[in-house]
Parts: sequence; structure tokens; C-alpha cells
Amino acid sequence: MISIAGIELDVLERGQGAPILYLHGGAGIGRDAPFIDLLARDRRVIAPSHPGFGKSALPDWLDSVDDIAHVYLELMDRVGLTRADLVGLSIGGWIAAEIATKVPERIGRLVLIGPVGVKTGTSDKLDVPDVFAMPREKLDQLRFHDPGQHAPELATLPDEELHIVARNSETLALLTWEPYMHNPKLKHRLHRVNVPTLFVRGASDGIVSADYLARYAALIPQARIETLAQAGHLPQVEQPAATAATVLQFLQGKQAAETPGARR
Amino acid sequence: MKAWHFSENAYPYLPPADEYESIRVSLPNRNYDPKKGAALYDRYIDEWLIAEDEGVEIMLNEHHQTATCVDPAAPLVLAALARLTKKARLLILGNPVANRRQPVRVAEEMAMVDVLSRGRLECGFVRGVPYEVLPANSNPVRMNERQWEAMDLIVKAWTSHDGPVSHEGRFFHHRNINIWPRPYQQPHPPIWVSSTTPGGAGRVGARGYVQATFLTGFGGTAAIYDSYRKGWREAGRGTDVPVDRLAYAHWSMSARATRRPVPVPRSCSGT
Repeated sequence: MISIAGIELDVLERGQGAPILYLHGGAGIGRDAPFIDLLARDRRVIAPSHPGFGKSALPDWLDSVDDIAHVYLELMDRVGLTRADLVGLSIGGWIAAEIATKVPERIGRLVLIGPVGVKTGTSDKLDVPDVFAMPREKLDQLRFHDPGQHAPELATLPDEELHIVARNSETLALLTWEPYMHNPKLKHRLHRVNVPTLFVRGASDGIVSADYLARYAALIPQARIETLAQAGHLPQVEQPAATAATVLQFLQGKQAAETPGARR
Repeated sequence: MKAWHFSENAYPYLPPADEYESIRVSLPNRNYDPKKGAALYDRYIDEWLIAEDEGVEIMLNEHHQTATCVDPAAPLVLAALARLTKKARLLILGNPVANRRQPVRVAEEMAMVDVLSRGRLECGFVRGVPYEVLPANSNPVRMNERQWEAMDLIVKAWTSHDGPVSHEGRFFHHRNINIWPRPYQQPHPPIWVSSTTPGGAGRVGARGYVQATFLTGFGGTAAIYDSYRKGWREAGRGTDVPVDRLAYAHWSMSARATRRPVPVPRSCSGT
């Protein structure tokens, strides 16, 4: 546990090398361990559970993704990340994007996997399906390429883990209920993110659509998109090896030359 | 003992049940016929007037975006009843203040009804059932905290009489609170708060408000009342807890079919 601004944060640290600040998605960090271990083969990975997720505390005053971004600016100072790559998934991608708009000079490269956080579509249609208004079975159909194999079987979980699942859902609602899954200001700040940025999307992702991601990527000058086959909204769970390879390759700068401003 | 007439004010003219997924939140309102709806309001208002004639008090509630209750704005019906009735107490149970953006507006509405009815308002506050958060777009997290801040702010708005006061709280902000009219009853109308678990009842008891509960069964109701009494006593209100602070709502299809409810003086009886 690391105490940041009075918040006890559960912070996982693995591996050695150039640092990655890893920011988990709305389902929590519980199922990401194998993926994090793959990243940690080459890199030092610092992976906090967000306030209100997992075993991290949730103070009364905290109720927005932007709040968490500020907490992590302090965390970066505390663990010595003068400069780091950011890897964020779903709501963690939103947090990463917020951080990158605040301190772009401290970010090496940015990876956003199925991120939410901006509203790019029309006002008469939700950009992101309402995950709070659907049965879990429907949610799993949208989240997973192969829900039969990868959807969590809640009935088999011990009480402690089930409590965390419920707590994660509650905190996700607190943070993303309104405006739903976005910060209206963020899209007007993303021009500040002047670092190479990779958007990753599972081809079967029913939460973050290809159109949404393309409009999101167009807001960041040096962004490009890769799609992972046989994966949904949690490619790190369904395709950990392919996802890790894609991320590491990009972070090592081996990908094809970026096309600055191509999507403006 | 006071008895209260309550009707959920359902809209009954629905298509066959196998033709729609849910009666709440998602049932298209093309199924609502405004002409039939107008006749329904006449009927429900007539029923309330009959209740008054029979010496029964009147209780209203509200739900949103559902055929189960076509009274989504109970204060409006209260205003009508304030003019149509003469003696019945008018209980709204209640205002879903955790789902309202402006508690001071609620304070204004309730004060106005209290004056219109010449002091017959009994003002309830409820947290609301879970599916109300969709119509209100209300964050389902920290509703209890919002409800208490809202209730305390409403009481402040009702009881501040010396020019504008302000409130900068965790959830609500008002720079100028100076409501006109102020309540007819002094210092303010009786307050009811609903709870279905013991957790919140202690706080209701500490404030001395009326504790309402329903659907809690015999064991659950006793636990809520015990928690209320504990809160009452710990707040220094005395060892004796007036029984008229404890209300229970029960539903009956007929008198014969109903198991005798917890014997409390204020009983809200539905049909």
C-alpha cells in the first residue's frame, strides 16, 4: 500500500527496466496479472488499483476520473517516474489520456486499449452502450469475443473476490455515470498530447466501437490504431500474448513510422 | 391512530403482458392514451375525496417513466388536493430528493402546498427504488449522503426567516436561500423518512422525524423501529419514543386476506 493524498493505494510492481504506468479498466486489475507479467519481462510495471477499486481506498471527496489523474501525478512523483510510458485500458485509458494532457513532457509513449473518456458522436445516441442498464449476460456478450470461455463465473467466486467485483462496479458508476463515460473537456485538451500514441481495439469489442476509436484517435496528433483479432473489450484477458506483443513493440519504437496529424 | 389512503395510481390499459419486456422504464408511452389518462386522474382524485369524506387521511407517492404509477409529479397532485379537500392531512411519501438537482426548489414546492392547504402537509422524503436513477439520470452511488444533505438543506430553507442564507455543501450549492412563501406550519411541516433497513433509521430517530417503512416484514420492521428508538434516545430526546413516529405501509386486497400489521398508530393502508 502507498498513501497518496491520504488515499491508501494498492500498487502492484513487477519487473525491471524502463517504466510503464499501467492503468486497469473498469473491471479492476484482478484478471490482468498474466498480461502484466508479460509486460514485466522487458519493463518495470507500476500498476495501481484505482481509488475505490480492488483494495484501494475511496475518499469521500473523490468522484471523477480527473481526480484520479491528479492522484496519479503524485504517485508518479512518489515512485520516481520522472518520465514513463502509459498503458491504459478502458477507463484506465481515460485516466491515461487525462494525465497525458496535463504532463505530456513526462510521457514517453501512450497506449490506450479500448479507451473511453470522450464524447465524439451525436447528442441523440450514447457513444458507449449503457453498461449499467443491461443484464450481466448481455454485458459479457459485448465485452468478450468468446464470453463462453472468458466471462467470469461470479457464482464460483469466493466472497472476498465477489465483494471486489461489486465494489469495482459501484466505483465505476460513481466515476462515469454523468456525463456518461466521458469528460466533455477532455477532447478539447487532447491536442496537448504530443507523444506517439497507439490505440488498440479488440475486433469484437461491443463497448468501444471502431468508429468511436477512430474519432478519439483523430483528436491526438501522433496517433494510430491497431486491431486485435479474436478479442473484445478486454484483449489483455482474451489475447494476453498478442496484446503484450503489440504494446511492447510499439513502446520499443519498432512500429512503422507514425503519421503525424494524419487523422486530424 | 391515523389511517391513510394510498393508491399507486397505475395506468391499467396495457397490451397483453407477453407483448412487452417490462412495465417499468422501457414500456413505450405510445401505449398511454391521454384521454383515458385524463379520466383516470378524475377517478383517482374522486377516490381521494371519498377517503377524506370517510375520515381517512391522504397519502401520495411518485414514480417515473412507468405505467405502474402515472403520478410522476406528486407535488402537482398535492396542489390540486390542497384546493379540493378541506380537512384531510396530505402526506407525500415522498419527495425523492437524492434524485432532485435543487433541494431548495423542493422546499419551495412543499411550502407552497402547506400554505395552499392551510397547514395540512406531511412532507416525506424517500431515497427511491433503484430503477428511478435511470429517469432521473441520478448517480446511484452516494444517494444516502445526497438525501441527507438535501433534507437538512430543505429544513434550513423552511426555517431561515431573516433574509438570504447560503449553502455550499458536498453535493448542493445555493448562494441565496430566502424562500417565499415559507411553510404554514411552524417551525415546519411534519417530516417523514422511509427506510427499509435499520442502518438509516437511527439517524431518522435522532432527528425525531416520522419513520416510515414497508415491505420489511415482521422481523425487519421491528429491527428498523429498534434502530429508530436507539437513535432517538442517544440524541437526548428522552427514553419514551412516541409511537406516532413509527409508520408502516401495508397493502390489502381485502380485509380478510390481510395479516394484522404491526400495530402502530400511523398506518398507511393501500387498496
